[in-house]
Amino acid sequence: MALKIIKSQCTVCGACEFECPNAAVKFKGETYIIDAALCTECKDQFPKPQCAAVCPVPNTCVPA
Amino acid sequence: MAANLVTLGSLKVVSRDDLSQSMTGCASTSCGSSEGPADMDPAIWARVKDHPCYSEEAHHYFARMHVAVAPACNIQCNYCNRKYDCSNESRPGVVSERLTPDQAARKVIAVANEVPQLSVLGIAGPGDAAYDWRKTRETFRQVVAQIPDIKLCLSSNGLALPDHIDELVEMNIDHVTLTINMIDPEIGAKIYPWIFHDHQRLTGIEAARVLHERQMLSLDMLVARGILVKVNSVMIPGINDAHLREVNREVKRRGAFLHNIMPLISDPAHGTHFGLTGQRGPTAAELKALQDDCEGGANLMRHCRQCRADAVGLLGEDRGQEFTLDKLPETVDYDPAAREAWRDWVAQEREDRRAAVSQAVQATAAQVAPQETPLLVAVCTQGGGRINQHFGHATEFKIYEVDAKGVRFVTHRRADNYCTDGAGDDERLARVIRTLEGVPVVLCARIGDCPREALAAAGIEAIDAHAHDYIEPAVAAVYRDRRALPAALTA
Repeated sequence: MALKIIKSQCTVCGACEFECPNAAVKFKGETYIIDAALCTECKDQFPKPQCAAVCPVPNTCVPA
Repeated sequence: MAANLVTLGSLKVVSRDDLSQSMTGCASTSCGSSEGPADMDPAIWARVKDHPCYSEEAHHYFARMHVAVAPACNIQCNYCNRKYDCSNESRPGVVSERLTPDQAARKVIAVANEVPQLSVLGIAGPGDAAYDWRKTRETFRQVVAQIPDIKLCLSSNGLALPDHIDELVEMNIDHVTLTINMIDPEIGAKIYPWIFHDHQRLTGIEAARVLHERQMLSLDMLVARGILVKVNSVMIPGINDAHLREVNREVKRRGAFLHNIMPLISDPAHGTHFGLTGQRGPTAAELKALQDDCEGGANLMRHCRQCRADAVGLLGEDRGQEFTLDKLPETVDYDPAAREAWRDWVAQEREDRRAAVSQAVQATAAQVAPQETPLLVAVCTQGGGRINQHFGHATEFKIYEVDAKGVRFVTHRRADNYCTDGAGDDERLARVIRTLEGVPVVLCARIGDCPREALAAAGIEAIDAHAHDYIEPAVAAVYRDRRALPAALTA
């Protein structure tokens, strides 16, 4: 149960890292990645996964 | 008197003497006031006189730089697509290289050592500086530790700004630009597809309503704390063009210091929603008509260049490519000498210029009938308030309006640089002539015979007799030549 970031679409703005309540989003190499071990898809925290809600590019933070 | 000016962009000085030697003709100081324009509170003038974006006068002398440390944004605008990046593009939100706060601080110090005109550090994204606040704050903290007198400024959509208002005040951030395109959520819904606020993505009228409320709250909070607020509005024909008159009244009522109405930049190649749907930007005439209507509301800014989020230099020039990350030294120490020398020189130059303008205005009022029609004049300048650019090197023209009451800056008109390899290119010259539509006179430092004849054929007189003179007195002199009463000419 985790989300992933489609690298080719990511603008590397970092808003997902900023909003993630679990510190699951990290900057690695030239892009952001989601640590599946930490990602909860924001269940019991927020109505929607925060990374997907703030991401400026549609369908870029998606279920892994 | 002709002065042999050095190019501001290439200026490097170490002392006041160097400046005097390199800029002959500016040394004589006559009477004049340093208290600023008569219609401005002296305390406010003191805060804006070195800020190129807040004072039309200052933008002839002082430079700003933006550092792109804040890429994250909390709203989507239909005129913005931050994925697109081209170093030849000049428009907000566009940036070539994102910097960490450490890298940005190094860049600012390197620029301060090389560009003595630097007075302002702004963070304008490429996302939202108040939303991506931790990076904005850390950058300001590191820069101020080394350059205490640099002015700090940030741009925001206002949605997240109220959350950081106390820290903004603590950091002495003196100038904030809020982009406010509407005060009616129905109109806002056509500009903003969504916002992210309080952990939720909101869409439609609800999104626009929350954004509007937060923008008004930001404006009120900033004004209450004495921070100067410039409001930027993007003019989008058919969507908010007429509405911006109401926006102007409202932001003025709430205490905005400046209102800057900018044209929508729209091109399918930019990949923005408006670009892809064919939404057009306003014509120069539509923009001027709206700006004229809003005159008398908040002070209106007409010299905005809609710069990139990583622009460096005087407004209208971008030296960002000289200061990319790979060109920065590992460590760099700030040397205040050049900036101090520049400020001393500007103080004298300003007094000189003010005296010359005052004389010119008096002479014009005495020689031209008050009801005489105004004249538009285009000017080629590289800064310093002087006519000091070759016509063929001009990538933009400053447009002034003159009548018996005085000389007023109206706007810039951009044109592509038509002289690239020493030989004029007919198609580009034609574009410049279209850019100058409705402007019968252009003042420049020099001009070739061919473009002069082409301009004349289009009804535009090119004059290089005022090369290196101050702009306003030269514009007034041209007006007197054309409009003076016969008695004044023979007197």
